[in-house]
Amino acid sequence: MTRIGKMFDQARQQGRGAFIPYVTLGDPDLETSGRVVLELEAAGADLIELGVPFSDPLADGPVIQRATERALARGFTLEQGLALVADLRRRTQVPLLLFSYYNPLFAYGFERLAAAAKQRGIDGFLITDLSVEEADGPLQVLRGAGLDSVFLAAPTSTDERIRKIAAYSSGFIYAVSRTGVTGARKSLSDEVQSLIQKIRSQTSLPVAVGFGVSEPDHLRQVWSQAEGAVVGSAIVGCIERNLGQPDLAERVGGFARWLKGGC
Amino acid sequence: MGQYPDSRGHFGPYGGKFVPETLMHPLEELEEAYLEARRDPGFQTELDRLLRDYSGRPTPLSRADRLSGQLGGARVYLKREDLNHTGAHKINNCLGQGLLAKRMGKERVIAETGAGQHGVATATVCALLDLECEVYMGEEDMRRQELNVFRMRLLGARVHGVSSGSQTLKDAINEAIRDWVTNVRSTYYLIGSVLSAHPYPMMVRDFQAVIGREAREQILEREGRLPHTLVACVGGGSNAIGLFHAFLEDETVAMVGVEAGGRGSNLGEHAARFSGGKPGILQGTYSYVLQDEDGQIANTHSISAGLDYASVGPEHAFLRDQGRIRYTSATDEETLEALHLLSRTEGIVSALESAHAVAEVMRLAPRLREEDLLVVNLSGRGDKDVQTVAAADSG
Repeated sequence: MTRIGKMFDQARQQGRGAFIPYVTLGDPDLETSGRVVLELEAAGADLIELGVPFSDPLADGPVIQRATERALARGFTLEQGLALVADLRRRTQVPLLLFSYYNPLFAYGFERLAAAAKQRGIDGFLITDLSVEEADGPLQVLRGAGLDSVFLAAPTSTDERIRKIAAYSSGFIYAVSRTGVTGARKSLSDEVQSLIQKIRSQTSLPVAVGFGVSEPDHLRQVWSQAEGAVVGSAIVGCIERNLGQPDLAERVGGFARWLKGGC
Repeated sequence: MGQYPDSRGHFGPYGGKFVPETLMHPLEELEEAYLEARRDPGFQTELDRLLRDYSGRPTPLSRADRLSGQLGGARVYLKREDLNHTGAHKINNCLGQGLLAKRMGKERVIAETGAGQHGVATATVCALLDLECEVYMGEEDMRRQELNVFRMRLLGARVHGVSSGSQTLKDAINEAIRDWVTNVRSTYYLIGSVLSAHPYPMMVRDFQAVIGREAREQILEREGRLPHTLVACVGGGSNAIGLFHAFLEDETVAMVGVEAGGRGSNLGEHAARFSGGKPGILQGTYSYVLQDEDGQIANTHSISAGLDYASVGPEHAFLRDQGRIRYTSATDEETLEALHLLSRTEGIVSALESAHAVAEVMRLAPRLREEDLLVVNLSGRGDKDVQTVAAADSG
């Protein structure tokens, strides 16, 4: 079992939901994104998603698109990202999930990447545009390397698809709260409850809900139904609002505490 | 060569479905609806009627005597897709997919467009079939194909400018996919080329294959034999696949696809995926992609907006690896020269996209014998490009 599975077990024993923030690696620069990760852990993150920037993020809304552009404008490379992960692993044991699109990972050499990522301290991969239909090869590589494979389940997924997604997933299943791209929303979609129920009927894996989760109330709502809440655009938006501030990372940490603790 | 794609949408190693999970079941529904329509004689009859009575098919196969005379060598024929309603081959696919959208009960259609030809054809079909239409177009492309933006608006479509990335076709597709993933239940995404996730490359090919079926029949009737070589430009590659498909089993017929050579061979200066790219995953499909070492998608350049794209249809990648089709490129400069030559010898101002194919004809025809027949797909007319050509000539 990876750090991810252990974390969910522990959270379940403690009777609480997991807080899962997302950060784009290299946003606004490599060093600062590393400091943000450490601040998020200090703020109580149970798992952190590390986004590998891709030039054409077609599942992302404008906030994460801009983060991607900032990172790439600074010349981000996956090699640098892996070096940062190794550096972070010397300071923290928080579970880390690599989150990206398939092409930048494929271009690195997927097998070579899986081995390198495991060795530096990554616990699992989530590849947004890798459908289970295309995942046989990559899944074998991830399992061979001892990494978790997290797949998305969506409101449009049929029972048959969810069965397959559950069979291909380890660590947890990422439930997409609504049809659409990533981005903060005022309220959570009603669709999420029926999606969680559909997932529950197929698997005992933990479920984390993301897309639109952006306020303390949303997190509490998600935790009443699922094992984890993923916050992406709200965190990245906080980074964006504080660009140029010397204490950017600490401010993001403060925002995360507010999100997690409410009030 | 067998039947491609396989049931999972693969052309050999290429193609497939690389999209977020939200779109996967909608793609399954689309495939099911399409396969059912393909089996339904009523659907085919209605499509044939529209292709004939509305778009004006069959399009002529014109013998280009003055062009052939000027070049020496092969006898050149032009497959006149420019004479379709709306001025390009794009309408063949839009009529097919428009009828399918109706059949599926969708009320809203979205599309991406590069040169604007697909956007115009989509807006046209949506007007005809009473469908709401929204088109995504890069702002750079809106500037260079202004005429087509007016045409789309006249036809009742909403045109959304896309300001991200290079503001061209790739960015328009990203934005169209973002719309689709959000409004997937009500919306039909009418893709304009043999790109994206399965079943699009197969479906668009099937709708465009009418070009080659007609051309094959026409050349046999006129000359009593098959052509030596077929030539077509390749952006996503729908006009090329459309012409080539009916000839794939004719082993004596050579085929050449012409990509955009742009203004140089460095990454970013052209859209020649086969010489400058490597296999990768972009916008739903696995094919050749122009990208840097880190797998970031490269910017592309072509004088023609319709060929200015970083990837190419997966069936082309497959046929290239099989050695069935040869791919080459024509530069902006060669293309302009070809456009002028065709205009002056045949009285046909072609689209800049199609002029890439004519540029290859200029190189190829003199090397062939007089009895060799060359068929070039004149995929679109050039009204939309007159300003670009004038600017290039005076610059």
